[in-house]
This record gives sequence, C-alpha cells and structure tokens, in this order.
Amino acid sequence: MKLSPALISWLQVGPLALILIVFFGLPVLVVVAASFFDYDHMTVIPTFILDNYQDLFSSDVTLRLYLSSLKFAAIVWVITLLIGFFVSYFLVFHIDSLLIKIGLFLLCSVPFWTSNIIRMISWIPFLGRNGIFNQMLQDAHITSQPLEFLLFSDFAVVVAYVHLFTLFMVVPIFNSMARIDTRLIEAAKDAGASRFAIMREIVLPLSKSGIALGTIFVVTQVMGDFFVVKVMSGGQSASVVSALSNQIQQLEYPPAAASAVILVIVVVLMVAAILRIVDVRKELAS
Amino acid sequence: MVDATSSGNGKSGLTRRGLLQGVAAAGAGAAIGSGAITGFPTIWAQNVKDITLVHVGGSYAAIKEIGDQAFKDLGFKIEMQAVDPGTQLNRSLTQPKSIDINNLDSSMILFLAGKNVVKPIKTSEYKLWDKTVPIFTTGKFPDGTTIPHEGLSPMKGGFYTAADGKKMATGPTDFLTMVPTLFNADTLGIRPDLVGGRDKIVSWKDLISPTYKGKAALVDYAPVGIMDVAMALTAAGEMKYVDRGNMTKAEIDKTVKILIDLKKGGHFRAFWSNFDQSVNLMASGEVVIQSMWSPAVTAVRARGIDCYFAPLNEGYRGWFVGLTPMAHLTGLKADCAMEYINWFNSGWQGAFIAKQGYYSPVPATAKKFLTADEWDYWYEGKPAAVDILDPYGHVMEKKGATRDGGSLWAREGKVAVWNTVMDEDKYLTKKWNEFVSA
Repeated sequence: MKLSPALISWLQVGPLALILIVFFGLPVLVVVAASFFDYDHMTVIPTFILDNYQDLFSSDVTLRLYLSSLKFAAIVWVITLLIGFFVSYFLVFHIDSLLIKIGLFLLCSVPFWTSNIIRMISWIPFLGRNGIFNQMLQDAHITSQPLEFLLFSDFAVVVAYVHLFTLFMVVPIFNSMARIDTRLIEAAKDAGASRFAIMREIVLPLSKSGIALGTIFVVTQVMGDFFVVKVMSGGQSASVVSALSNQIQQLEYPPAAASAVILVIVVVLMVAAILRIVDVRKELAS
Repeated sequence: MVDATSSGNGKSGLTRRGLLQGVAAAGAGAAIGSGAITGFPTIWAQNVKDITLVHVGGSYAAIKEIGDQAFKDLGFKIEMQAVDPGTQLNRSLTQPKSIDINNLDSSMILFLAGKNVVKPIKTSEYKLWDKTVPIFTTGKFPDGTTIPHEGLSPMKGGFYTAADGKKMATGPTDFLTMVPTLFNADTLGIRPDLVGGRDKIVSWKDLISPTYKGKAALVDYAPVGIMDVAMALTAAGEMKYVDRGNMTKAEIDKTVKILIDLKKGGHFRAFWSNFDQSVNLMASGEVVIQSMWSPAVTAVRARGIDCYFAPLNEGYRGWFVGLTPMAHLTGLKADCAMEYINWFNSGWQGAFIAKQGYYSPVPATAKKFLTADEWDYWYEGKPAAVDILDPYGHVMEKKGATRDGGSLWAREGKVAVWNTVMDEDKYLTKKWNEFVSA
C-alpha cells in the first residue's frame, strides 16, 4: 500500500504541530483570555474588561519600559553582531586547518559549559566598587577612586548580555559563512577585488541568513529577559518583563497577561521585520 | 510549666489510645531532663508511620532540620518545601491540595482568609495558647501597653470572627487564623566600620540621608520597601501618614515621588530582591545601610565582616509567621497536622530559630532547649558568656558580644508598624513599577 502524498505531509508535520498546539498555542490562548479578566486581591475574576490594556497604553511607564528594553536590545545587537561576525570571519577564512577551526569554534563555547546564572553572577565581584577590576585600575594608578558605574548600571547589564548572547550570533553566522564557496573569493581576488570589496560584495550578502538568525536569537532573548537586568543593574533598571514579573509576584495575573500579550506582539513584529529584510528560507534553500 | 500539662495529657493519651513511637523517644528525652515535649500520643504509631505532611513556607522558616526532628518526635514524615512567597500564595489558592501545612507570613492570611483553602484553628485545640506571649493573645505587651495598630498587627491578622473562617476579626476570638510560630522586629542593616561607628546611625531617616548617597539599598518588594521608606520619611519629617500600614493613594503617590527623586539623584546603589543579594551588597561594601532581614545580618557577620541590625529611635517594623493546616485535610492526616502544629512550639523549633535571631511566641518552651548562656544572649540581651553558635554549630558571635537592641521586649516592645498588605496594594504595585522603571 502506498501512502498518499497528503497523508505523508500530515504525518511529517503532525508531531511538531501537536507539540506547538499543546505547549505553545493553548498557553498563549490562556494568557490572552486572562488578559481580559478583572482581578482583586489574589482572585482572578473572569469577566471581560479592557482595563488591563487601557492601563497599559495610558501609562508612560509602558513606553519607558519598552524604550529601555529596546535600547538594550539595540546596543547588545550591535556589539554581538560585530564580535560574532569577525570571530566567524576569522574562523572561516583565516584558519586553514579544519581541526584547529573546530577546536577554536569549541573554544568559543567554553563559557557555555557553566550555567547562565554563574556566568552572570561572576561579573559582580569583578566589577564591584571593591572588585578586582577597580582594584587593578587603582593599583596601576589609572584611577584614584573606584569607578562606580561599572556595577549596578546599564553598563553592567550590557556586559552581561554580550557575554551571555554572543555565541548565539557566532554560531549561525559561522554556519552560513562556512558554506560560502572559497573559489568565489579566489575568483574575486584574481579579478582584482580589494579585501573590503570582497567583504562587502561576497561575504556579507552570503552570510545574511546567519546574521538574521543570530539577530533573532539575540533580540528575542534580550526583549524577554528580566533576570539579567534585575541582577546586573541592582534593580536600578527595569525591563518589560521585570515589570511583568513584579505583577506576577503580587499575583496580579490579568495585567501581567496583558503586558505579555503586547510583548509577544511586539517581538513577533520585530521578527517579521527581520525576516522581511532577509528571506531566510530562500537563503537556506540555496 | 509545660512539663506538668504535658505529662498529664501524655498519661491520658497513653492509657486511652496507645503510644507513638516518636513520643516514646521524646518521653525518654523528657525523663532525662531535656523536657518540653507536650505529650501528644493521641494517634496510633502504626497508622502514622505512612503519613507524610507537606510543609510549605519561606526558606527562613521551612527548615529541613525542623522537619527531621518532628519525624523523630512524632513518627510521621514532614516534607519541608521552601518556596518564594508568590509561589506559596499561588499554590495555596490554585493547588491547595499540594500543601498540608501552610507556613504563612502574616500578611499572606489576607489573601487566603475566607477562600476555603486554610482551616481555622480553635484555641482549645492549640495546647500552648495560654503560654503564648500576650501580643498574640490579648494585643498587649507584657507591661500592659497596647501593641501598635499600624499595619497587620497580631490582633488584626490573628483571628476569625467565627468557626467557619469566613471573616477576619479585629481582636481576640476563639478561632485562630494560624498558630504563630516565630516573630521578630526588623530594622536597618548597617556596616558600622564604613559609617564611622555603631553610634552613628540612630534614626530611620539615615536611610535617605545624603550622607549615604550611593551607598544605600532598599528591598525591591513593594509592601515592605514602602514601609521602610515611610519610616524614614516620617523620621525625617518629610511625610505624615494617617496609617503607614494602610496608605491612601495620595500618600502612596507622594512617597513614590520622593523615592523617584532619590533614585534619580543616585541615592540608591541597588534594590535587592533576594536574601543572597542583600548579604552580598553588604559584605562587599557596595552598600552601608539598607533594608535587611535578621538572618542576612547574621550571614554577613559569619563572614567575619562587621554588620549590625541598628536599634533606631523610631522603633521597629514587626512581623510574625505562623502555621495553619489546609482545609482539605481530614481524618488521621488532620489529626497529625494538629499534632505537628502543637509540637512546633513545644521548644525544639523555638530554640533552633532563636539561634537565627528569631523569637518563639512561647519563649518558655524554647528556653528548655537553649543553654542558659544562649538564653541570656538571645532573649535577655546580655553579653555572651561563651562563644555563640548558629543553629548549625558554627561560631557566629565571640564571647562578650551583645545582641543588637537588647532583650526580647526591649526590641519587640518598640515595634512601630507591622508588615502588611495594604488595601491599595494594586495601586502600590503599579506605582512601585513606575519607581523601578524610573
């Protein structure tokens, strides 16, 4: 007996579709429903009200939180992109031996052998007022006073983000660069192209899909974070999710749900925009 | 004395129903003089050995060692689960059956009362009620003065109007919302070496004093954070509140506005949200004055760094914690729950938490499990006659040290406000988020 092509397709998408529906679709529906509920002292009252959204859109806190999260996302994106791109470039085009290439690539992942939290927390004694870095600067007579902005500041948050997320940029860019046919570059060289021209005309366009994927990873993670912001800023800065988590702590689920819904919409729009600029499917298929 | 009642109860239990394996051991213990088990052999040992009670509470109260000791004394298992307050409330309301014994921070009762998840306790079921300190039973300090009313005092948080547990009372009744198991008075944590000595900070207003600009921290938890600030603002004469434990929207607005100005001016070094953060901020010297819990002060001291819980002119922020059985318990499990709750204040636990700086609502029982030197140090505020050990046996205070703030009533008698959740808590959360994002 031969299965019909339609049935085969269904069987192929079935498992993933099921997982997505059960573990993503339904929870999102619940959150959307909850965002229209009323609430009071720990109880969620299942009526239909728009107050949660009204509160959200009429408060300038919302705007401030999004601006703050977007600011972090933009800064971290630029830095991780620069580092990710050049690390990948070096690994792909400057290392000839495959073994060394793989070895160095693995080296990039060394920080990931410990947990996120440890990697982040370890910055605290390093950057603190009496931390190692400040002591180094003072011992070397570069500064006479400890630099206070190093810890519990936006600076500290960015440092931790970059440390945590750079690999998410390196991997996809490395992957797409590795598939560039080196003969193309040889040919361009032979035709007299400068290194900069090669970079601009060949390497950059052909690693677009990797950059797009890396961007999605980094931006969505920064937008969805609250822990790094909370710990590294010492509670001085807030993000969209940290405000939301405050509400959850007070068991105010409906307004938290409303702000989660808005966040999902914003992030989906951002991802859609990225995918519009770079047609990842086409790039991957080629 | 507890012994008298206990042996009486114990005897009737022995003849009538039999004996718990654990209580037999405890009885032996009592015989050799350690003493304070109040005799609960009312349940068959055979039946209870398969019972496990899930005890859920904050990490400062739901301590594994206490559950292990209860198992030894009572013969049934206690599964201690330390969770954060949000999780605890959430589970209490949405999965009440996942908890048997709920170890509540007093203000949590406001969210649980009347929702049919926790069970009222009759004062007659709780054997140590008449030995409990009067702030819980009559709303008076031992010297006869009335306890302060700002916030959720034991009078406002301790009682239901009737056996159905639908409504909370405002004064003593026969129906307890929970059996109080520990209480304390909080103040500000200080690094004396970095502020120029122990006599430098005497008022809450120092929390917002420009002297400590960039070196102060606040707990990032609105219900407590706002109270610490309210204490500071009242002390500095910048604000007057009708009731700091139940602020109006206008009062919240004004307070948060001042907070935002302070934050923008760089007054606060950080806002901490968990125990470790508060310890590290202090230990590393990032912060010299901040909201703090007593065990966190102890933890800093345990690292050999001087840190103390300053007795301040305007008094303390008081709070208490208690146990309540969950409403779903029936039959043998409900009996065991009550046995356990009665055991809880019978001394061993009170002595354990005393060494973390907390008080037992039944000090007489805790006293039996403390050495005379320990009792003098923790409860009487006398200089330590020997090195003082923490609950795990590590030296935490050298001989000669005294407890900050003195004796039990020198501290507790100066409570000015009680931890609470305000009527305007929804609004407060919103404003607090504005402050954090400012």
